[in-house]
Amino acid sequence: MEEPRNPGVDRGLTSDGESPPASTAGGTTTVGTAGAFRGEALSWELAGGVLEVTLHRAPANEIGTTTLAELEGLVAALYAGAERGTVRAMILHSAVAGGFCAGADLRELYAGITARRAAGDAEAAIEAEVRGFIDRIHATFDALDQAPVTTVAAVHGVVFGGGFELALCCDLVVADKSARFAFPELRLGLVPGFGGIPRLRRDVGNAVIRDLLLTGRTLSATRAHELGLVSQLVARGEALNVARHVAAQACRFDADVTRAAKRFIKPLPAGELAREKDLFCALFTSPVVSEALRRFTESHDARPYLP
Amino acid sequence: MNTTDHTTLTARLMTLASERFDRPLAALSADDDFFHALGIDSLQALDLLTRIEETFDVEVPDYELQGVTTFTGLAEVIARRL
Repeated sequence: MEEPRNPGVDRGLTSDGESPPASTAGGTTTVGTAGAFRGEALSWELAGGVLEVTLHRAPANEIGTTTLAELEGLVAALYAGAERGTVRAMILHSAVAGGFCAGADLRELYAGITARRAAGDAEAAIEAEVRGFIDRIHATFDALDQAPVTTVAAVHGVVFGGGFELALCCDLVVADKSARFAFPELRLGLVPGFGGIPRLRRDVGNAVIRDLLLTGRTLSATRAHELGLVSQLVARGEALNVARHVAAQACRFDADVTRAAKRFIKPLPAGELAREKDLFCALFTSPVVSEALRRFTESHDARPYLP
Repeated sequence: MNTTDHTTLTARLMTLASERFDRPLAALSADDDFFHALGIDSLQALDLLTRIEETFDVEVPDYELQGVTTFTGLAEVIARRL
């Protein structure tokens, strides 16, 4: 079968000589000079109009400050490339064996809070820092959600919490049969904070969301496909290959029409997203969260603490 | 589910696990702690759950598996869904 992907890396991000927006990523900023990026948590390259983004932070692409900074750089590169017409579609996938993304980096989060409290910082200052992080996450995820090109998440293995929310930013989800989706946040005394519930409400019924949210259970890719959450269900190890075909198909359409179609069919649920941020930040100050994070991060059992 | 059926289900689970994680079937027993017997972590346990759901055409909420440590116990949870 013909592969839609061009073998060589397109230098389209910089081929017109313009300087794209500088990445704010924590890793080496290479977007402006090489048309590709390799950071600590993710990398991307452009080929045939498709920006292919790889998450590669072991053990499971947990989203902390490093990943967020690199995602912000991705958004800048994506929008700059779309504006110039060099980026026509985006694929987001993981090179980590365990899965697409296990969600927020709870260990980093807990370590940060513990250090701030040990230093005698006021709770208000800690809350403000959490709010700042959530604001940045939302801005980045909203930008991915509303990207002016077709976006495809190719997922496998764990697609949990913030990882699920990241996948839901994409227009289409191609899942291999190993993928499992979950919102485990209530197990930690929280609600999902990266915009997942408002985004998912666009796609599936409230009963499905209540089941996921209020039990914290995982959902197989097969079931997720039946529910309409997954666009295409594919064999193990084939998600990226199929996503490349999807992206190649998207590239055949007029860019302005694609942009208009997305604006029509995929509005941003801004009000709900704002309320979700408020709820997350309000819950985050609870002692329940601190205790749950402590038990989770200190567990070294093969079966980690999860109520 | 009668005893024979339960024993058969347990044996099928052990076969599935031994093949998936490349462990000799003879080295597994029904009352083994399957995490330890298979040497798997939580991510691999999720993969096992996915394969169980595919093989037996059931949907098993993973919270029902909390506290379940043996193949026998696993078979009891799955039997409720068949």
